[in-house]
Amino acid sequence: MSFRDILDSGKFAVTAEIGPPKGTDIKEMYHHIEVLKGKIDVANVTDNQSAVMRISSLAVCKIVLDNGMEPVLQMTCRDRNRIGLQADLLGASVLGIHNVLCLTGDHVNAGDHKQAKSVYDVESVQLLKIVEGMNNGKDMSGNEMKGATNFYAGAVVTPEANPLEPQLVKFEKKVKAGAKFFQTQAIYDMEKFKSFMAYARKFPVKVLAGIVVLKSAGMANFMNKNVPGISVPQVLIDEIKAAGKEKALETGINIAARHIKQLKDEKICDGVHIMAIGMEDKVPMIMERAGLL
Amino acid sequence: MITGEQKPFEEIWNMVKDFKKVLVFGCNTCVAICHAGGGKEAEILASLLRMKASEEGIAIEINHNAVERHCEPEFFQPVMEDIRTYDLILSTACGVGVNLLSENIGDIPVFPAINTEFFGAVPRAGEFTELCAGCGNCILHLTGGICPIARCSKSLLNGPCGGTNNGSCEVSPDIKCAWVLIYDRMKKLNKLDLMKEINEAKDWSKAQGPRNFKVKVLEEIKK
Ligand code: SF4
Ligand code: SF4
Repeated sequence: MSFRDILDSGKFAVTAEIGPPKGTDIKEMYHHIEVLKGKIDVANVTDNQSAVMRISSLAVCKIVLDNGMEPVLQMTCRDRNRIGLQADLLGASVLGIHNVLCLTGDHVNAGDHKQAKSVYDVESVQLLKIVEGMNNGKDMSGNEMKGATNFYAGAVVTPEANPLEPQLVKFEKKVKAGAKFFQTQAIYDMEKFKSFMAYARKFPVKVLAGIVVLKSAGMANFMNKNVPGISVPQVLIDEIKAAGKEKALETGINIAARHIKQLKDEKICDGVHIMAIGMEDKVPMIMERAGLL
Repeated sequence: MITGEQKPFEEIWNMVKDFKKVLVFGCNTCVAICHAGGGKEAEILASLLRMKASEEGIAIEINHNAVERHCEPEFFQPVMEDIRTYDLILSTACGVGVNLLSENIGDIPVFPAINTEFFGAVPRAGEFTELCAGCGNCILHLTGGICPIARCSKSLLNGPCGGTNNGSCEVSPDIKCAWVLIYDRMKKLNKLDLMKEINEAKDWSKAQGPRNFKVKVLEEIKK
């Protein structure tokens, strides 16, 4: 079943990230693909994540596909103009990659090539419109193409953005521009997320909750302080602290599993997007504990 | 106005040290306001260079002068004869001035002593801020008079990115998120509906150089 079919069928979907490495040694990445294969529904391949230069998302999507998993091509607008983006979309399409996540992309300031010229010729909302146009056989300038694409397009949303209202204006624009599924920034507060979902359910889109495993209380505090739109409630930080240093990661994994189970059992959203960030090995364990395997 | 900051002294010194007769040439309009390149700054720079030259034991004649503007030939034409006696003009005007003088002076090099930055406002004396990037196709009527091209770090046209952070931009806590400013303003103006409309991709061809235009009315009169 394709990603689109899984979500349309109402099955609780699980996606996890594959982060392409910097360099040509892809042994570890292959290992991650092996670990995740048959467990998750689709693999989400990041695009020069955090503006750090790595193997292109497109190339890794093809590797994922060749290894028997369905990929989601993450595409940011930071590094390519409208010509480059469309060319890569066509490239992806002929390679059999049919899911695309349209992102604006972190600023180069966050990455390892801070002197780069950012592109942002178009941005996430406009990229979604480009994809929609190409699905209808037309490029962005309205030129007829020989053969249309068939992308299932998604976007991201930050349910705990501060302030929230402008973020929701953008969410609605993304829906209008053709986003069919959304992945969220990492969420930790189930009650707050439920109220976001009560709002999001008004739109004809599928929502995958973002899950990031807390490795320690320090990590939670760091994210609260430094990552826009992430807020880990104090009770969770206390829970990890109470478990002690040795058991911190174990507790973080249990919290993630507990959240996923609740999201599924209470049908709060349509699936989860697990951002393992170096802990791809642990994803099957999280899924098991969430009762998904 | 055009803003700019003087280049690091070492960089300037390396530009001039191999010349024999150098004119530090100031511009008394925009760059004078930002204390980078007016007549006074040209004078100070000339004396610093003279001190450096004597320290290094290098013989260079270094003088200074300034005119009101470097961006229109009529302002520097009157001193042209004098400045053609130098073998380097170190201009403290903006890049426009350096270009225009280079085009008019003949075979004498014109080097920049300042880094030209942006055209900006002076919210307070001594402070300069970029509010417009001269994109050639203004959309301020759609964004509450706040420019997302110049003031959003990614020049986004449809609302804040995920990096918006309590009113600041993900790039720096010192930068206000333009889209939060726009949202607040649109709300006050009762124009949130306008913000909900998708802004199509921008026609960047209007923002890319080389650009020039002629005033239509004057052209008609000439005919
Ligand atoms: S939209 Fe363009 S012309 Fe208008 S203020 Fe912004 S950069 Fe300047
Ligand atoms: S945080 Fe705001 S100003 Fe900064 S890039 Fe994002 S939308 Fe633009």
